[in-house]
Amino acid sequence: MMLVRLLGREIKTVLRHRADVLNPLTFLFLAVMLFAVAVPTRDADSAVYGGAFLWLIVLLTNMLALDGLFRRDYESGVLEQIMATAQVPFLFVGLRIFMQWLSGGFLITLLSPLLCLLLGLPFEIFPVVVLSLLAGTPALSLLGAIGAALTVGFARGGVLLGLLVLPLYLPVLIFGAGVINEQLVGVGGTAQLYWLAFISMVALTIGPFATTAGLKISLQMQ
Amino acid sequence: MIKLSQLSCRRGEFKLFAPLDLTVAAGQYIELTGPNGAGKTTLLRTLAGIYQQYDGAFEVEDFLFQGHRIGLDGLLNPLENLTWHAALAGTVVQDEQLREALRRVDMLNYALTPVQAMSQGQQRRIAMARWLLGDARVWLLDEPVTALDSAAQTLLLEMLQSHCAADGIVVCATHTPLDLPGKQSLQLSAVTQ
Repeated sequence: MMLVRLLGREIKTVLRHRADVLNPLTFLFLAVMLFAVAVPTRDADSAVYGGAFLWLIVLLTNMLALDGLFRRDYESGVLEQIMATAQVPFLFVGLRIFMQWLSGGFLITLLSPLLCLLLGLPFEIFPVVVLSLLAGTPALSLLGAIGAALTVGFARGGVLLGLLVLPLYLPVLIFGAGVINEQLVGVGGTAQLYWLAFISMVALTIGPFATTAGLKISLQMQ
Repeated sequence: MIKLSQLSCRRGEFKLFAPLDLTVAAGQYIELTGPNGAGKTTLLRTLAGIYQQYDGAFEVEDFLFQGHRIGLDGLLNPLENLTWHAALAGTVVQDEQLREALRRVDMLNYALTPVQAMSQGQQRRIAMARWLLGDARVWLLDEPVTALDSAAQTLLLEMLQSHCAADGIVVCATHTPLDLPGKQSLQLSAVTQ
């Protein structure tokens, strides 16, 4: 029951602050369209670059959305209430990250066939792209939340967040782009897909704990 | 009950105030005073478990913390905020209780207004409704008088009095001394390094 009420707030805040979801998505589509305009030819090579570009831009989009992950709660004092009152602050942190993934990574996964179309990727590759995003985006949200927690106390934490988080995203980028590439050259990207899922599982085991610890550190500096 | 033994807070290597030894029994109102930077807020945040750079030890039974930042989600209305706070503390409040608490702080007319559309003073009143709904014995309040009009200040005094009368404990950091019978002042003095 408590979980339902806590989740209720998360859903309401996402619905009432739609810009947090729509702005990064708009950025994603704009960037992909710009790429499509800039690359004039459609051949096997451009498909490989398109796949790599898609993953890169998903990384950056996710980072854009992360900056606001805990900021509103930090500034309004809700975060200190959570740390002072909640029996399990970890539960709240987990919920928040889950909602961020649902309204970010998962939404991008659902819309990714559209992005593939814009990038001119071959049709047979679409399911692989969707699967790779489904397996990889949870890691982006979970690892990114650690950086967001540590930088929430800085008024202009955006650049620092990038410096902290992008290196952590490197393995996801390598395997994410790898899946598409291997599939395109005909080797099959199953191994890379498993790697992506593995990274997400590891991120799931450490992410929420590290994020909770990061938030506690940020609250000390207030 | 609150018990401090040799408690002092640090900012890096810098000690904020001389070590405190104190036992607060049920029904007491403690006013924390001291100049700016003496560590009043830090002491309250330490007791609430938010600030962790301290020496010594302390015990606080179940508490409610009200910091400078009001702790309400601006996107939600008071009813949603109060329900959420109750869920956070692991309790469930009935609609009637919510309405009664809002009526007490004279904010029932704003029950469905998003908190971000309210003035500071109104938000403070909603926060006071939150205190009424919880069953915490200890109230840790940081400058509760800020932004309150005279009617709300009177209400605040009433609330603090009735909480103490019901064997609750209030620890309040303030620069505006409150006129409560039987109050004890705790002066935080800076440490000479």
